[in-house]
Amino acid sequence: MTCEEAEILLHALMDGELDAGHAREVEEHIAGCPACAAQLAAYREMSQAIATAKMKYTAPLALRRRIEASLPQTQAPSRRAVLRGFALGSAVSAIAATGLVAIVLREDELQRIQSEIVSAHLRSLQAGHLTDVISTDQHTVKPWFNGKLDVSPPVIDLTAQGFTLIGGRLDYVDARAIGAVVYKRRAHVINLFVAQTSNTERRAARIETLQGFNIRCWRDHGLNFWAVSDLGADELAEFGDKFESAIRVNTEG
Amino acid sequence: MPVTAAKDDPERARRFREAALPHLDDVYTLARYLLRDPTDAEDAVQECYLRALKHFDGYRGPAMKPWLFAILRNVCRAEYGRRASSPTGAIEDMPESAEQTPLWNEAQETPEAQVLRTRDAATIRRLVAALADPFRETFVLREINNLSYREIAEAVGAPVGTVMSRLARARAMLRSAWMAEEEQSR
Repeated sequence: MTCEEAEILLHALMDGELDAGHAREVEEHIAGCPACAAQLAAYREMSQAIATAKMKYTAPLALRRRIEASLPQTQAPSRRAVLRGFALGSAVSAIAATGLVAIVLREDELQRIQSEIVSAHLRSLQAGHLTDVISTDQHTVKPWFNGKLDVSPPVIDLTAQGFTLIGGRLDYVDARAIGAVVYKRRAHVINLFVAQTSNTERRAARIETLQGFNIRCWRDHGLNFWAVSDLGADELAEFGDKFESAIRVNTEG
Repeated sequence: MPVTAAKDDPERARRFREAALPHLDDVYTLARYLLRDPTDAEDAVQECYLRALKHFDGYRGPAMKPWLFAILRNVCRAEYGRRASSPTGAIEDMPESAEQTPLWNEAQETPEAQVLRTRDAATIRRLVAALADPFRETFVLREINNLSYREIAEAVGAPVGTVMSRLARARAMLRSAWMAEEEQSR
């Protein structure tokens, strides 16, 4: 390879645009050519300096609004749901006062609900959003939900099994209030979302992955459960198993 | 503005919003570098989104960003062509020999590396703005908008080989200007 060729190709090399064969050829040339090696080093530095400097512009808000306004209006139910989610604080009392409607899930809605569940999980991880009631005591967390939901989420202390109960929270999924019981395993947060369903048929758990989070969902005693965490699938399955067997002991015992 | 039945379709509008609006900052950034004027850039971006919506039915992918960039580029050429293509004192005017003659001792790469690290965004923007059209465009698409060579080729309607040589040239010119600026400010 000549220096003339290398002068062009070293850019493709640093941009990761070369296949393995060509990359090796350029690298071989550079290894034996101090001039080209110096060029590559300088271009890399320059690229680095540009990457760390703030070179992008942000579109002015007025422009964004002008463009938004020029587009045909859409019905945006999902948008409203998101806004309600953010208006959580003020909405709590209103929702508690008006009472709640049970969530009835259709199978084809499950995917959408799951992505909302993951969003709710992500929201909860922001500072100060994780718990409305902080307690490791199930007898404090469970009564806290009374009057806030039309369902009483089972709150079970699993500390002995390696999952620490840290509190509860009222969240919004599918534009409705939903109970979230919060556990921790080491540094990992598990949000257990509980919602009422008209379907009383039991459904065995299955684990799915969405946006890098594992979701274990199951249905029992007329309740839908979603356990969401960045824990590995095996540990989340362990959590679900222990929770389910603890519930059985509670209801049967 | 007349609104056709197809344009009024809420589902289509929703798809367009979701596909195109997340790229607004990127499109605006490119417009700023292409036109070098904030007001012109705003107008061009708005026109770009109107055209994109109009042609959205013909959009078949693969990537939304290069497609929007190609539209923006056409807008810039059509509406602001004369202004954009007549930069005064563009670095392109530099004699070829200046590019080939090293401005520094290549054996000592450390001092240059230090110089290259110390430039702030405002200075880099000014140096980039001084690059001649095709080079500035290719450079911005690669270094600031992070497009792949294939996507750049798509956006500017040129073969990948042309993109490669323009990018090499653009970086060489920018590096020279960068170093020259450093010499002056000493």
